[in-house]
Amino acid sequence: MTRTLGRIGLALALPVILLVTWWFASADSTSFYQPPLETIIKVFPHTWTAATFKSDVLPSLIRLFIGYGLALLLGIGLGVLIGANRRLRALLEPILEFLRAIPPPVLVPVLILIAGLGDPTKVLVIVVGGVWPILLNTVEGVRGVDEVLADTCRSYQIRGWLRIRTFILRAASPQIVVGARQALSICIIMMVIGELLGATDGLGYTVVEFQRGFQIPEMWSGVFVLGLLGVLLSLAFTLVERRVLNWYHGARAAERSGH
Amino acid sequence: MLEIRSLRKTYGGQGRTVEALGDITLTVDDGQFVCVVGPSGCGKTTLLRCLGGLLEPTAGEVRVSGQVVTGPPDGLAIVFQEYGRSLFPWLRVAENIELPLKSKGLGKAERRTLVDESLGAVGLADAGKAYPWQLSGGMQQRVAIARAIAFQPKVMLMDEPFAAVDAQTRADLEDLVRTVWKRFGMTMLFVTHDIDEAVYLGERVVMLSSSPTHVLENLDIDLPSERDQLKTRSDARFVELRSHVYARIQEAKGAGVLRETAP
Repeated sequence: MTRTLGRIGLALALPVILLVTWWFASADSTSFYQPPLETIIKVFPHTWTAATFKSDVLPSLIRLFIGYGLALLLGIGLGVLIGANRRLRALLEPILEFLRAIPPPVLVPVLILIAGLGDPTKVLVIVVGGVWPILLNTVEGVRGVDEVLADTCRSYQIRGWLRIRTFILRAASPQIVVGARQALSICIIMMVIGELLGATDGLGYTVVEFQRGFQIPEMWSGVFVLGLLGVLLSLAFTLVERRVLNWYHGARAAERSGH
Repeated sequence: MLEIRSLRKTYGGQGRTVEALGDITLTVDDGQFVCVVGPSGCGKTTLLRCLGGLLEPTAGEVRVSGQVVTGPPDGLAIVFQEYGRSLFPWLRVAENIELPLKSKGLGKAERRTLVDESLGAVGLADAGKAYPWQLSGGMQQRVAIARAIAFQPKVMLMDEPFAAVDAQTRADLEDLVRTVWKRFGMTMLFVTHDIDEAVYLGERVVMLSSSPTHVLENLDIDLPSERDQLKTRSDARFVELRSHVYARIQEAKGAGVLRETAP
């Protein structure tokens, strides 16, 4: 219990120090663009009410979850297919490396041209950004499955979906999780970028609207909300990861202690 | 019945072919316990993989219960040497044993009965809920044996299963394998490099030459069926048999060295 408290304290120490420094350093600021932290915090409650949450945060989150979910589905599905097939891998790997090297924000104007300005495009933008790390890590993970376990499956005639579900996906899961974590932060970035161009709601849109309306403290508060959202999603991810990879951490710890 | 006829396996690579198995002919009767022993590097694992349908032979054929092996045959289970890598670390012990039964299409109740029975047979009745990596090496190999038992194989192949456990555990596991074989009556082919182990366990010991491998000798082990780590191993007949096997293997090694150094 004390150890948990200690760790929480340690994790919060630096943010608190930074906030306090910001508070005092900006206290006498008269700059229009860099208002005192006090002002930003004061506008927070009436800027981010339940109503704005529903009209702006919720649409963003829904798009993020759909986009991230699709990226996971697509990345893992294709990754298993490509990772399990040596020929396919040799054929596709150069192209995948090329596509991955393209910074996803560059594709946003292209996607808008092709698919228009609606919600599907904004989701597509998120998928296009997030799918690569998931796909490439899944390919790596599937490629690296243990040979003795593969022999065990063959020998006991464990095939088809049962094999994919209980062997391939689980064996690749440590790698898949690495990709999924990278993808989560990319998806959040892509969510905001998608809303900067031609949106009518969402967090990114709101921040830009505040900026255009010279509501600078409100703009800063929006940046805060985005940061907090990132932290919360990352925490949620860690909780899921602990459940999914419980066996992996346990096995690693057992290995280290020379079991 | 397990029939191996003129089995040959060569590995090809960059203009150099390595002949792992020269010409192996061997028959194991239903319910017999046969140990295969040979000098290290003689292709014991290659042989076992051919029998298990995991490796395609270059020539010759393997039959399990009369059926030619072209892929992993029905009713055959393998216990691998690397217990740490043959159990699924994300599945609990009971789930590890249950998985092959699921692929066999057995119902839930039947699966549970088989899991409990096999765990009991290897002395791990309480370990079903543990993860493999929470167990010692010897216990992990017990789980692998339990998984093979639950599969209800007609033929069980064991590939140096106790090479990586300590001597004490090894003796316990050897007795366990004898007990399991007697109780379930499957055909057992046990590959090992340990001569004492081969003589102690088997009804018959098959000695292999060094590579290119062929069968040196089939030796019936005429020891009483009740084996005991202390009594059997100090039995005059046991000592005689193991000396014989030892001499033949040494001969085989010598021949191998001669062949390597000959111009």
